[in-house]
Amino acid sequence: MADYILEMMHVSKTFPGVKALDDVYLGIEQGEVHALVGENGAGKSTLIKVLAGVHAPDEGAEIFFEGEPAKIDKPIDATTMGVSVIYQDLSLFPNLSVAENICIGKDGRLPAWSFMNWKKMKRMAEEALDEMDVPIDVNKNVDDLSIAQQQMVEIARAIAFDAKLIVMDEPTSSLSHSEVEKLYNVIDKLKAKGISIIFISHKLKELFKVSDRISVLRDGKYIGSYHMDETTEEKLITLMVGRDVSYERKSRFNQIADEVVLELKQFTKKGNFKNISLQLKKGEILGITGLVGSGRSELAQAIFGLNKPDSGTLHLHGKKAKVRSSNEAMKHGIAYIPEDRKKQGLVLNQPVTNNISLPVLRNMKNPLRLLKKKDERKMADDYVERLDVRPALPDLKAMQLSGGNQQKVVISKWLATEPDILIIDEPTNGIDIGAKTEIHKLLQELADKGIAVIVISSELPEVLAVSDRILVMRQGRVVSEMSGHDASQEKIMNFAFLGSSDKEIS
Amino acid sequence: MKSLSKESILGLVTLGVIILMSMIAPGFLDLGNIYNMMFQLPEFGLLTLGMMVIIITGGIDLSITYVAALSGVIMAIMISSGVFLPFAILVGVLVALACGSLNGFIVSKIGVSPILVTLGTMVLFEGVILSITKGTSISGFPAAYNLIGNGYIGGVVPLSIIIFAAFAILTAVLLNKTEWGRQVYMLGSNPVATLFSGVNNSRVLMKVYLYGALLAAVAAIIMTSRYNSAKVDLGSSYLLQSVAAAVLGGTEIQGGYGKVIGTIYAVIIFQVLSNGLNLLGVDSSLVTVIMGAILIFVLTLNFATHTFRNKKQVAGQA
Repeated sequence: MADYILEMMHVSKTFPGVKALDDVYLGIEQGEVHALVGENGAGKSTLIKVLAGVHAPDEGAEIFFEGEPAKIDKPIDATTMGVSVIYQDLSLFPNLSVAENICIGKDGRLPAWSFMNWKKMKRMAEEALDEMDVPIDVNKNVDDLSIAQQQMVEIARAIAFDAKLIVMDEPTSSLSHSEVEKLYNVIDKLKAKGISIIFISHKLKELFKVSDRISVLRDGKYIGSYHMDETTEEKLITLMVGRDVSYERKSRFNQIADEVVLELKQFTKKGNFKNISLQLKKGEILGITGLVGSGRSELAQAIFGLNKPDSGTLHLHGKKAKVRSSNEAMKHGIAYIPEDRKKQGLVLNQPVTNNISLPVLRNMKNPLRLLKKKDERKMADDYVERLDVRPALPDLKAMQLSGGNQQKVVISKWLATEPDILIIDEPTNGIDIGAKTEIHKLLQELADKGIAVIVISSELPEVLAVSDRILVMRQGRVVSEMSGHDASQEKIMNFAFLGSSDKEIS
Repeated sequence: MKSLSKESILGLVTLGVIILMSMIAPGFLDLGNIYNMMFQLPEFGLLTLGMMVIIITGGIDLSITYVAALSGVIMAIMISSGVFLPFAILVGVLVALACGSLNGFIVSKIGVSPILVTLGTMVLFEGVILSITKGTSISGFPAAYNLIGNGYIGGVVPLSIIIFAAFAILTAVLLNKTEWGRQVYMLGSNPVATLFSGVNNSRVLMKVYLYGALLAAVAAIIMTSRYNSAKVDLGSSYLLQSVAAAVLGGTEIQGGYGKVIGTIYAVIIFQVLSNGLNLLGVDSSLVTVIMGAILIFVLTLNFATHTFRNKKQVAGQA
């Protein structure tokens, strides 16, 4: 048997309403590069956060590091043990120098009571960078470095901390081709030093280049670990998708009118999305899926006037329209229900009533321009009843409701504006299964009533259940369009992970 | 079990302070002293209401007393040189609104943080006033003008306190009964969510800074009329006091909450305390120390009860 540097067993993690990890296993051999894959929400990040001491696992988890039982209660425990995590959004201090960033938090080396030993600090930083064979001036501010260089600084920090296991979360997502090559070189050097690496990526092709073994997670469960030479991309996709989850699909093709409500022509925003052309018909549900970061939400916000596109035109009911703000979007009959309910969707510390009426206050004024509070309350009562918000108490603050009921309040708010077009971003994110099907049904009812609906979702069973037509986005482009009944999870995943053809892959 | 609101508690404190001072401060209940307080309160109250509305959006206006001073100085120059009174007042109000729109524009359209914007415009307005007045004070107004700050209605109630009451009611109506007022609270609680709800955030903010400037202009009219003069530091001692009173009145400094009634209580508490301590012969510098101590005490208490209530709410949710 190989020596394991890390073994995590029976790891479960329950968040209110969601079981993010369910009895997961992860074993990392000494000195290997181990890939970790799964769909969005499969539990990769949660697992890593448990390892990093950010989340405490549920009762019953066992973690062994270098054969010893490990207790990781807080991030510092993980670092002192020898685990360093390099997150996707790098966690450097932009206003400090490279040397300071590499050495910061190294307690024991630079005693807290002493003055800064700049010489020693710089020497340590230089040594760490030398080991990786990456020349970066340690006096520079991190702000002035490229993303790739910043990543190297993070890796150097891990080395300076004598990390034995480095976790890289989507390290290549914002790197150019040559920078990726450099990163591979550094990974080889780390491996030669006996450092083990967990490599998380959505780009399956590159995983075959760098990793020795791979573990697959799906819906918070451990599916298995495989040697790279024993598996293929297609096999991995099947493993990631599984076949067990699905929602009831209701066919509603005859409901779609011929009238095009929304049309985009060559919509482009640098770094977000490119050459997006699409048509949305009255009564249609268009699903847009793809991996996180594929530009879906950015596109939605561009339609909603909160993300100004560089070029391209938007047409409403056949007429070219300018949507320069959320306010204008609303007046054009566009509604957008954002992904982040708590930050973007609701004013949490205000009553449900005030949240529902917020976009339509202008319709509730008496001749003296004062608010008709009785009408407002009646409207809130109506929606609470219609969407079955529980508890049915519009005076409660939004924060006092569960996720599913909060989402119903956000939907109510936008239904109150009587939109022609409803864009809903991750409609059932963090919502329990019962409320999920309710929301799916609701979306279909709304489409039946003639609203054109765009559903953006990472959850494939959801997209398959509700959509009449599906667009798959990858790296800011639409790579595939398929009708709801021809679509399958495998088909979507192939496009989402691999793109339409080989030449697209960098 | 229903606990008392912040405002009711503050109302009781106000009552307590008044009773305390009537018992220990000699001459506190004398008619002359009561009038004294009633004449001093409106200008401070108006500035504090303006500050409160801005703080509810999560902002602050450090230039508010200099807006008042600039508006007051312009009015004073025109009035003392014999310009038709209503016209002079109109110009004064317009000057204040111009200042408010400058603040509002930079905060809402460009998005610079309010504390920085108004710190800058504070210095700017002060400089403008100095270059106009060369540091001198302007005085010599007709008797009709002096009535605004010193006159009585029906020989009993000071006119200025009626003006204050009118604007307090107006502010309460605007905040609680209009679309704008609702948007002010919602935006103050979560500006991202209001933006995602189709609210024109910058228009809401613009109106907030304009309204603050309007109240500053009214305060300027009362002050110049009452002092019979205007100079660069007109009302400047009220600047941080108005922030303190607004916060003492229950307004959340991070935005989203604040009520007119709480602010009125706070203004009365400030007025009664400084007047009463003065009557007791407490040294004026010690009065400042006492006020500071009270402020810190109340705010700490507020913070503690607030975190306690939040914890309860979160616990109730689970």
